[in-house]
Amino acid sequence: MDLFEYQGKQFFASFGIPVSAGEAVDTVDDAVAAADRLGYPVVVKAQVQVGGRGKAGGVKLATNTDEAREHASNILGLDIKGHVVKRVWIEKASDITEEYYASFTLDRSAKKHLGMLSAQGGIDIEDIAATNPEAIARIHVDPVDGLTEAQCRAWVEEAKLNPAATEGAVSILIKLYRAYVDGDADLVEINPLILTSDGSVHALDAKVTLDDSADFRHLEREAWQGVADLDPRDALAKEKGLQYVGLDGNVGVIANGAGLAMSTCDVVNQVGGAPANFLDIGGGASAAVMANALEVINADPKVEAIFINIFGGITKGEEVANGIVEALGRVEIKSPIVIRLDGTNAEEGRAILKSHESDRLISHPTMVGAAKRAVELAGTGPSGPSKRGTGPDRRGA
Amino acid sequence: MSIFVNKDTKLIVQGITGGQGRFYALRNRDYGTQVVGGVNPMKAGQDVEGIPVFGSVAEARDATGGTATMILVPAPAAPAAVLEAAEAGMELIVCLTEGIPAHDEAHFFNKVKRDFPKSRILGPNCPGLVTVGECNIGFIPAEVAKPGGPVGIVSRSGTLTYQALAELGHKGIGVTTCVGIGGDPVPGTSFIDCLEAFQADSDTKAVIMFGEIGGTAEEEAAEFIASKMDKPVAAYVAGVTAPPGKKMGHAGAIVSGGKGTAQGKMDALREAGVRVGLNPTEVGDIMAEVVASL
Repeated sequence: MDLFEYQGKQFFASFGIPVSAGEAVDTVDDAVAAADRLGYPVVVKAQVQVGGRGKAGGVKLATNTDEAREHASNILGLDIKGHVVKRVWIEKASDITEEYYASFTLDRSAKKHLGMLSAQGGIDIEDIAATNPEAIARIHVDPVDGLTEAQCRAWVEEAKLNPAATEGAVSILIKLYRAYVDGDADLVEINPLILTSDGSVHALDAKVTLDDSADFRHLEREAWQGVADLDPRDALAKEKGLQYVGLDGNVGVIANGAGLAMSTCDVVNQVGGAPANFLDIGGGASAAVMANALEVINADPKVEAIFINIFGGITKGEEVANGIVEALGRVEIKSPIVIRLDGTNAEEGRAILKSHESDRLISHPTMVGAAKRAVELAGTGPSGPSKRGTGPDRRGA
Repeated sequence: MSIFVNKDTKLIVQGITGGQGRFYALRNRDYGTQVVGGVNPMKAGQDVEGIPVFGSVAEARDATGGTATMILVPAPAAPAAVLEAAEAGMELIVCLTEGIPAHDEAHFFNKVKRDFPKSRILGPNCPGLVTVGECNIGFIPAEVAKPGGPVGIVSRSGTLTYQALAELGHKGIGVTTCVGIGGDPVPGTSFIDCLEAFQADSDTKAVIMFGEIGGTAEEEAAEFIASKMDKPVAAYVAGVTAPPGKKMGHAGAIVSGGKGTAQGKMDALREAGVRVGLNPTEVGDIMAEVVASL
């Protein structure tokens, strides 16, 4: 789960990381009231989960009530790269002397945590990484040992921050590492981390991605659920607990396993069609999960045919077949279904399907052949194989 | 010959009394795997269809001589199960459990690597591995596969692993060992570990590798193939039509350095001399040609 900036700041604050005082509000009147309470100047910041909001006019400085009202009314409702701003964060403005960059994430190649720190913070950190990688001080942290203060101090010195920032930076980075580990985050990023004219260091932005697999030990996350901005199809799939990514084609895809689901989309594309979605029903998928998957696909008006591609390992063939039968009884499936079933207990599954086969439910033994049949049934709709939405997460991919 | 497991491998199952643990322990035994014991501290002394249940991995090891373990316990309990297996001297720890937090994976991977260097972890969130005709540990439906080689298989995705076995099985081409390394952030066994073992295995003459978008494991494997392997490799990378992967902020983009797309991975593999298929079936066809020319 990606946190909005204001949630990220609440997350950071809970680990003792200094952040600017502020309030999250949804209306212009509330924004003005918050700004008046905080005292001017304030910054009005759009809460969207997309980069480049500053350039899009989503971050503005207000020095009085009139400006706060003007900026809040301009930013609320603003469309930033397809994300409509529903909430703004009103924050006490900071007197910035210098801007730095700091983050922790997992380095999959090294299989250790990676900290990155740069004296050149701000919006162009990716450019710096590409053109001047030496400007980023990197540290690998062994998850067993953790980050010691001595290591952290050496890292800060290597990054050549202003010496006035050293103590504050060391303190924040130790806390940021704690937030990353104890908070079970995939990513914690502060950009910029600022040094103010009075010599203090604090987080002016917060980018946090939480590891959903750790939800079971973080009940505090419930407060952040349900406010993310999702495609309605994605929202329905999430509610049903399915790994789903909306695409733009007309062949609905259901497969078990992220690899097979991706491969199924690829094959649909290769035989001249366009997948409407990526949907992984996962391992151990039961009849109920398959029924849910069909309901989600059925809710997509662009879908003209459904291709179910199951190779059973942990998912048993008869469970898949029972799921389809159950779903057919529960909802009226609008599109014809082509199913390719192979693997564990595939024969039992095929036997169950046999009695339900028709021109609306077709079984085909091979993946490429089944894809061709589904694409034929879908016809050549107006949609091309274009892409949209975000990719499967690291767990799916 | 084969890699990692064979007919002499003695398997202990952690989580044998759960629904999945029981199903796959018995399924693996039916395949021919020596499933010598199970572990559940609450049910020591009982048995599952004749497989004795012990209170700990160490007790199971002492009583049975088991050296490999399959873990099918819920995600919150899995990290402790992995460490218990390593402490008990298990040489192979196959962790099938999915949904383990990434920080836990990173922690136990590094802990085992440092303190128990003789233990190999496979997974987590992997389908397991099979040496065809000898030993099957995990979910892989290997009944369609023909034993004896000459092909070795390594895959990040579970269901694509099964697909690869089915493609070769339909063509009558034999397989030595098929390994599903899993797609989690910190896989205990990498593509390179498997490629290195296949290169050293006399019965494996060619290798199929199935990758996926995300991370840089396929690119690293390509470097290894170019510099260290002389056996032919055929590969497939899933996710050509997948939308650009969710970027994990600037940090993710920087770490990946522009790598991670299916196209980039296929290009890297082709440059390393690997024959790349555009779908799993095509890789099966390529491998049939490779085997015919061996």
